[in-house]
Amino acid sequence: MLEIDNLHAKVAEDDTEILRGLSLKVGPGEVHAIMGPNGSGKSTLSYILAGKEDYDVTDGSITYKGEDLLEMEPDERAAAGVFLAFQYPIEIPGVGTMTFLKTAMNAQRRARGEPELTTPDFMRQVRELAGALNITPDMLKRPLNVGFSGGEKKRNEILQMALLAPSLCVMDETDSGLDIDALRIVADGVNRMRSPERSIIVITHYQRLLEYIVPDHVHVMSRGRIVKSGGRELALELEENGYAEYVEAA
Amino acid sequence: MMAGAERTRTRTRAEEALARNFAALASDDAVHEMRSQAFDAFMEKGLPHRRVEDWKYTDLRALMSDAPPPASPASPQAAEEALARADVFAGIDRARIVFVNGQFLPALSDLKGLEEDVEFASFGRFLAGGGALLVATDQADEAEAPVLALNGAFVTDGAVLRIREGAKLARPLEIVTVYAGAEPGLQTLRHQVSVGDGAEAVILQSYVGPDDVAYHTNAVTDVRIGKGAKVKWVKAQEEGNKAVHLGLDLPRVDADAVFDPFLFAAGSAVARAEIRLIFDGEGASAGIRGATIARGRQHLDTTLIVDHAVPECTSQEFFKAAIDDEAKGVFQGRINVWRDAQKTEGKMMSQALLLSESAEFDNKPELEIFADDVVCGHGATCGQIDEEMLFFMRSRGVPMEEAERLLVHAFLAEAIEEIADEDVIEALEARTRRWLSLASEVR
Amino acid sequence: MPAVQETIEQVKEIDVDKYKYGFETFIESDRAPKGLDESTVRFISAKKGEPEWMTEWRLQAFERWLTMKEPSWARVKYPKIDYQDLYYYSAPKSMSGPNSLDEVDPEILRTYEKLGIPLREQEILAGVRPAVEAADSDADSDDDSDAPAAEGTRQVAVDAVFDSVSVATTFKKELAKAGVIFMPISEAIREYPDLVRKYLGSVVPITDNFFATLNSAVFSDGSFVYVPKGVRCPMELSTYFRINERNTGQFERTLIIADEGSYVSYLEGCTAPMRDENQLHAAVVELIALDDAEIKYSTVQNWYPGDKEGKGGVYNFVTKRGDCRGKNSKISWTQVETGSAITWKYPSCILRGDNSEGEFYSIAISNGHQQIDSGTKMIHLGKNTKSRIISKGISAGLSNNTYRGLVSAHRKASGARNFTQCDSLLIGGKCGAHTVPYIESKNASAVFEHEATTSKISDDQMFYCLQRGMSEEEAVALIVNGFAREVIQKLPMEFMAETQRLIGISLEGSVG
Repeated sequence: MLEIDNLHAKVAEDDTEILRGLSLKVGPGEVHAIMGPNGSGKSTLSYILAGKEDYDVTDGSITYKGEDLLEMEPDERAAAGVFLAFQYPIEIPGVGTMTFLKTAMNAQRRARGEPELTTPDFMRQVRELAGALNITPDMLKRPLNVGFSGGEKKRNEILQMALLAPSLCVMDETDSGLDIDALRIVADGVNRMRSPERSIIVITHYQRLLEYIVPDHVHVMSRGRIVKSGGRELALELEENGYAEYVEAA
Repeated sequence: MMAGAERTRTRTRAEEALARNFAALASDDAVHEMRSQAFDAFMEKGLPHRRVEDWKYTDLRALMSDAPPPASPASPQAAEEALARADVFAGIDRARIVFVNGQFLPALSDLKGLEEDVEFASFGRFLAGGGALLVATDQADEAEAPVLALNGAFVTDGAVLRIREGAKLARPLEIVTVYAGAEPGLQTLRHQVSVGDGAEAVILQSYVGPDDVAYHTNAVTDVRIGKGAKVKWVKAQEEGNKAVHLGLDLPRVDADAVFDPFLFAAGSAVARAEIRLIFDGEGASAGIRGATIARGRQHLDTTLIVDHAVPECTSQEFFKAAIDDEAKGVFQGRINVWRDAQKTEGKMMSQALLLSESAEFDNKPELEIFADDVVCGHGATCGQIDEEMLFFMRSRGVPMEEAERLLVHAFLAEAIEEIADEDVIEALEARTRRWLSLASEVR
Repeated sequence: MPAVQETIEQVKEIDVDKYKYGFETFIESDRAPKGLDESTVRFISAKKGEPEWMTEWRLQAFERWLTMKEPSWARVKYPKIDYQDLYYYSAPKSMSGPNSLDEVDPEILRTYEKLGIPLREQEILAGVRPAVEAADSDADSDDDSDAPAAEGTRQVAVDAVFDSVSVATTFKKELAKAGVIFMPISEAIREYPDLVRKYLGSVVPITDNFFATLNSAVFSDGSFVYVPKGVRCPMELSTYFRINERNTGQFERTLIIADEGSYVSYLEGCTAPMRDENQLHAAVVELIALDDAEIKYSTVQNWYPGDKEGKGGVYNFVTKRGDCRGKNSKISWTQVETGSAITWKYPSCILRGDNSEGEFYSIAISNGHQQIDSGTKMIHLGKNTKSRIISKGISAGLSNNTYRGLVSAHRKASGARNFTQCDSLLIGGKCGAHTVPYIESKNASAVFEHEATTSKISDDQMFYCLQRGMSEEEAVALIVNGFAREVIQKLPMEFMAETQRLIGISLEGSVG
C-alpha cells in the first residue's frame, strides 16, 4: 500500500531539516501507530503524505499503490485514496459543511471517472454516517468547522473519512483535545472502517487511543526517523518508560 | 495622494462626443433650460479624473473612451428578449417596473397587489410637462457632481414612486433597467422614491444589457426614507461586458428608520456605484453592504459616503471584492460625523481578495469626525486566498480551481448573508455561484 | 510610576498658553535681502562658498519652482504666503563658520542651554575622556538621574542649527574615530563633494513638490551624516533646529547615508520663539540605507503653535523620505508632533531593496487652532518588504488633526506586508479628527491590513482618575500618555521623558 524509503525533508522557508531518513512500509489492511515525543516530525510526515507545499523533500521516496506519491498534487492524492485527518481541522467561514462534503466527494468521483452522486443519494449517505458519529443535522448546516468545539471538529473529520472511503487513512493526533466519550465515538468510527483493503496510520503522542484502535504495528519516531518498531506491546512499554531513551538514542 | 493643481487642457474624445450629443438634443424640450444648465455645469469641469480626489482611482478621462448618443427606443420584441436576461431575482415573487433603453415600458411592468400601497408615475411624464423636480447640481459635492450633471442633461425617464405611510408591501418591488439592441447608446434615468413613515418595503434594482455593445447607463435615484420605515434596497449590476455604468443613489433617512442597501456588482467594463447617504433624523440606522466580482479588464468602483448630521445614528459598512485577471477594484468609503452628531456609531470594513498576478485593488476608507462622543472605526484588508484553507480542501480531493472558487464564494457570501432576507440572499448567492461557475448549494 | 508622576508635575507647573521655548535671542545677524529671485539663490550659494555644480543644482530647482503651484490637497487652511516677503538667509553675524565652540557667540550657546542642550559641557566632556570610559564612570556617579544607570549617560552628538546656519557640531572627533562623518551639510558640500553629489536629491528629487523644490533652491544648512560600511554609530546623533529671526524662512537640508551593514540613530528637535507673525519652515530630509543598513530617525517637533486666538505659529511644510535602497535594509521614523500652527509632513519609506523594512510611529497632538495633516507613505517595490504604521492622533480645542497615509504594493512587490493601526482621540466637541488612508495593491501576494478607530476619552476612565483625586488635566494627560504608549516606547531614551511632558503641556486648557 505505502512504502516510504529513506525520506529526508526540510521546512521550505528556513531549511530546518525535520525528517532524516525515515522508512516505513504499510501493507493493505494494516493499522500502524506512530508514536513519538513532540517535535519528532510526526505531523510533518502527515503533511508530506498529504502534499503540503511548506516542506521540501530532499531525498528518499514515497510509493503509494506502486506510484510515486510525491509527484501527485494534493487533490490527486485525495482522489487516489489518501486521507489526512488533521490535528487542527481548519475553519472555513461561508462554506457550508454539506456543500463542502458534496464538492469533495464529487470531485474525487470525477477524478476517478465515477459518476457524481445525486443530491438525495449524497444526503442519505451523510445522514446515516453522521448519526453514528453523533453529528447533528444542525452541525451539518453550519459553515465548515466554524463554531465547532474541538470534539465536534474531530468527529467531523471522521465523518469525512467515512464518507470519502479512502484506502490510506493518516490520523494526526486525532485523540488530542477529546474527552473519553468523544474518544470512544471517534475510535468506534475508525474501527468500523477497518477492512482488508484499507490501511490506517495513527499518529499519537499517547498510548490511550491505542486501547480503542488496536494497532498491528507500533513505531517510535524520534528526530525525524523511525527508531524502533514492534507490536502492540511497544506502546505499553512507552507508556511505562516514556520517550527518554529514544530521544537520546536518536 | 498629493496631486498637484489642475492645468488647462483640451477636451477628451468622450467630452467632444458628449458635447455633440447634447447639441443634437431637441431644443423645444420643455425642460431644455434645465438641461443646458446641467450640461454647462458638467462641461465646466469635464469628466472627472485622477486629480479630483473623489475620482482618484476612477479616472473617467482615461476610462471613458467615447460617449454614445441617447439610445433609440427598442422594438417591443427586442425589449422583451432583452428583459429575459434580467433574471437575477427571478426566483422571487415580485412586482416590476421596467425601463428599456431609457423608456418606461408599461406593457412589461407589473404592479399587481401593490395598487393600494404604491403610487407610481413615470418620470418621463413630468419631464414632458416641464415640471420635473431635480436636485440642483450646484449643491452636489465633487464626488457626485459629474454624474448628476450628466443625468440632468440627458435624462429621459425614471420611476416616481410613493410608498404609503405604514404600508407593508405585499411583495418586493423591482426596478429593472435593460439595454436592448446591438447599437451603442446612452440610457439616462432618474428615479425618485419616497417611502412613507413606518412603511416596510424591499426594493430591488437590476441592470442588464447585451455583451459586446458599448452602451452607457447613467442612473440617479433620490430616495426619502420616512420616520421609522424599514427598507431593504438591493442593487444588482450585471450590465454587458462593454458597458459603462454610472449609478448614484442619494438616500436621506429620517428618524428611527432602518435602511439597508446592498450593492452587487459583476457586470460592465467600467462601473461606479455610489451611495451618498444622509441621516436626517435621530436614531436611524443603515447597513450598507456590497459584493463585487471583477474579471477580465473590468474596472469596478464602489463609493460610499455616509453623512451623520444628527445624533444617535448608526451606520455599518461591509464590503467585499474578489478581483481576478487584469481587473481593478476600487472601494472608497467615507464616514462624516458632523459637530452635533453625538453618539454616532460608524463601522466600516472593506476586504479584497486578489486572485491573479495582475489584479489590482485600491482601498480608501476614510473617517472625518467633528463630534467627540462617537465610536467610529474602519478596517481594510487586501490579500490572497488563505493557503491553509486551500490545502485543507485539496487534501479532501477538491481540485485547486474549484477550491479557489468555493472560497471566493464563501468570502463574498459573508457580505451577502448580512442582507437578512432569505429570498434575496438565495438569489444573490446563486448569482455569485453562476459568475464563479460553481455548482449549487447543498442545504 | 515616575514617568506619570513627572507628567503630572509638569502639567501643574506650567501656565496655560505659555510656550516654554518662546524666548527670543538678541544677536546681530547677517541676512540676504528680502525676497526670492535668482540672485538670492546665488547669494546663498556664494555665502556658503559652494562649488559651481551646487550653485547650478540650486538654480535648476529655482527654475522649476517658478513653474510650480503650492499644493492644496491637504486638509489645512492658511492665508496665502507671500514668498517675496521673507528672508531666505539669516546667519548670526559673529559666526561665519566657527571652528570650535569658543568661536560661537555666547548668546547662542546660552539659547541652547535654555533649550536643554549644553553643547559646551558635552564638548568638554568629550575632550577630556573617550566616550566609552565616560559612560562607564558616569554610571556610578550619576545619582540623581531617573533613567536606568546603563542608559543614563548615553552620549548624543549634536548639530545645532540656528536660523539658517549650523552653529556647532559636537563630538566630531569621537565620531571621526569610528569613521562617521557628522557635520553641517554646508561643510560636507566642500569637504565631501563626491558623497554629497552622489546622494543629494536622490531620494527627494529637486522636482518633487513645491516645498521640497523651494528648499532645494534656498536651503542654507542642515546636517550631513555618513556611516561607513559595517559601522554601528557609537552614539546617538542629534540636530536641534531653532528659528530665531523675524520673517525668516528656515530651510534645512538633512542627508543621512548608512552604508552597507551600518546603523545609526538620529534625533531631531525643534523650537521657535513666540511671534505674532507666522514663520515658514520647509525642510527636506533624505535617508539612504544600503544593504543590511538601518536608520532610526526620531523627531520631537515643538515649533511655536501660535497663541490661543490662533495668531502666529510656525508653518511646518516638511518633506522627509527614506530610501531602503539595499536588501535587508530598514528605516524607522518616529515622530512626536506637538507644535506648529500648521503641519504638513509625511515621513515616508521607499522599500526598494528585497526584504527591506519600513516603520512609522507617530504621535500627533493638536490643540488651540493647530492644523495637522500628517502621515506616511510606504511604497513597496522590492520582494518580501514589510512595513508597519502606528499612528496616534489626539485633537483638542479647535484644532483639526488628519492622518493621511499611503500604502502601495507595486507589481513586483511579491510577499509585501503592511500593518496599519491608526487611532484618533477627540477631546472636546469643537475639534476634528480625520483619517484618510490610501491602500493600493497591485500584487496578489501582498497582504495589507489596516485598522482605524476614533473615539473620545471614556467617561469611565476619566471618572476613575478623578475619583482617585486627579484633576481633569492630570487625568487627560495620564490617559493620553497611555493612549500613545505604543509609540512613546519606540522613542530613544532622550525623548521619552520630554514627550510625556510635552503631551501634558500640549493639552493644557483642553478640558473644562
